[in-house]
Amino acid sequence: MNRTTYHYLAIAALALLGLAAPYLFPAYLSQFSKLWLFIVLALTWDLTGGQMGYNSFGNVVFFGVGMYAAAAVQVALYYPLAAYTAAKGGGTEFIFNTSQFLTGLAAGLPAAGILAALTAVALGLIILGMRGHYFAIATLGLAIAAGELASGWDLIGAGSGMVTPTPPDSLDTTTLFYYLSFALAALTFVFLAWLYSTRYGLAINAIRDDEDKAEAMGHHTIRNKVIAWTIAAFFLGMAGGIFGNLSKFIDPIDVAFNGAEIGVWMILMAILGGKGTLWGPVIGASVFYVMKELFWTYLLGWQRVALGLLIILIVVFFPQGIVGWLKERWPSRFGPTAAEMEAADAKGEA
Amino acid sequence: MDNLNLLIAAPILNVQLLLDGLMIGAIFALAAFGMALVWGVMNIINVAQGEFVILGGYMTLLLVKYGLPPLLGIPFAAVTLFFLGWLLYRLIIWRIVDADMFISLLATFGVSIMMQQLMNEIFGSDVRTAESGLGMSYLFNNMVTVSQIKVLAFILAFVIGLALWLFLKRSRLGQAIRATSQNPRAARILGIDTGRVYAATYAINAALCGAAGALVVMAWSIHPYAGLPYTVRSFMIVIMAGLGNLGGVIAAGLGLGAAEQFAGFLLGAEYQLAFVFLLLVAVLVWRQINLARKRQYLK
Repeated sequence: MNRTTYHYLAIAALALLGLAAPYLFPAYLSQFSKLWLFIVLALTWDLTGGQMGYNSFGNVVFFGVGMYAAAAVQVALYYPLAAYTAAKGGGTEFIFNTSQFLTGLAAGLPAAGILAALTAVALGLIILGMRGHYFAIATLGLAIAAGELASGWDLIGAGSGMVTPTPPDSLDTTTLFYYLSFALAALTFVFLAWLYSTRYGLAINAIRDDEDKAEAMGHHTIRNKVIAWTIAAFFLGMAGGIFGNLSKFIDPIDVAFNGAEIGVWMILMAILGGKGTLWGPVIGASVFYVMKELFWTYLLGWQRVALGLLIILIVVFFPQGIVGWLKERWPSRFGPTAAEMEAADAKGEA
Repeated sequence: MDNLNLLIAAPILNVQLLLDGLMIGAIFALAAFGMALVWGVMNIINVAQGEFVILGGYMTLLLVKYGLPPLLGIPFAAVTLFFLGWLLYRLIIWRIVDADMFISLLATFGVSIMMQQLMNEIFGSDVRTAESGLGMSYLFNNMVTVSQIKVLAFILAFVIGLALWLFLKRSRLGQAIRATSQNPRAARILGIDTGRVYAATYAINAALCGAAGALVVMAWSIHPYAGLPYTVRSFMIVIMAGLGNLGGVIAAGLGLGAAEQFAGFLLGAEYQLAFVFLLLVAVLVWRQINLARKRQYLK
């Protein structure tokens, strides 16, 4: 068996697990939904962080924008948004029947993706001209400012947050959101796998390796960078929309724009798995998610201490990540094959 | 914009805001000295800066608990934080001095969230403040009040800045620090123990933050999770001033303090933090646009 076979076997096994999980682990379904969403977070972070070399602390902005956008659209289709947030949602007044709820989701999730993508275009054109750690710090500032602004905006509930529409009892939302999360993760994975195999994938790798040379060779670097961030934001926005509905309650700082937790987790997941690889974020997210759940269950009160220690250990001692380590350890099995390297070379020259 | 009309109608209010802002800005400048030092010498952006400040505040509260005057907290916090900084360097930071800057950003971020929750567990999550024992001064027919601890902070920022400058220029260790920042390899060849220099630099940074924290707890209040804004303010001040420019750090710190006071008054206190973080982005963008004209980048 060669490497490509392994690759397809792994995908098939994962897809099978994903489809069968509701029957195998019905009790842990909402945890599994979050795991798929975490995989989306890690994959999209790696698109700019790993493949393009732009380490963002602020991708959580798109996650939060998506979360609010989805909830707002779901509500606004049927009820005035201001009245809904003023009443703190729910109650007997704002009832969604099955078709209203599903229509709301069908409209809300794409709207979340699109709004997040538009945010990425606007922000990217301004700050993607910065490089290295200046970009990282600027995005950190954006993430926190976004949370502060959202907690001052009355239309979306300000500091007291926003309740997402309550689904009707007849609807099995746990399974519904599970399959939505799984579909989104699968879509993101397949799309990014395709994207990395195109010339555009090589272009963003060139930006990571030497941006000045890439520019000298005629790449429109800013445009390529903005496109990459926009793609990441689109998937992140939809992930946020689903996550908001899963959590049932959107707090501006603790859920939506949680730069200190979710914003850092996505970086950590990508690094733990292996930056700049396709499988790394998937593996990293799975391992990290299990660790995080353990910390939050058994080390409550000390979970951030454990997490901080984990961050230090990972970035100081294990910066190449699981996939990077496998590639070093068994290059014949996990490294790029000779044929692939030649193909990449030929594409680069074409 | 009611508050804007208020400012125009009562010009004396401007004086009050300006004085408050300048004095608070002096405390920001103190923490920013340390960040400029660590950044310039070790090429590390220390995200745990704000947690050092907060811990300095808790050290002062510890003294108060044992009945000692809180003003002693300034030297006490500086000394304890100095040792903590040295310890952290020997445990963690030395491994990331030569690493990519993103690694050091993340690693110090890890230190920062660890310290946050440790302080939360040890000192509790309440908002705390210490009574400095100094009074208030009244200016302009009692129209403007100035608390004397803030005046002390203002003076201390200048004194410590001057002392730091003299230390870097004159003392043996200071010269070694400057040599290491210019070229660590050459410094090692000439017999400078760069590991010790880095440890001293990081420890001095922590000590400066500790002193700033002692002033913060007396002039304001602290809680375990209040650190990040101080990190961001230090970062902002250093970018505005440039590395290796202590005078610039003071000027930028005072400017930031004043800007924040006016913004907090005009926009309302709930937007003051948002203003700080958006100002950071604005400062970066402004620098970026200026550099892009010369086909250079912020990197």
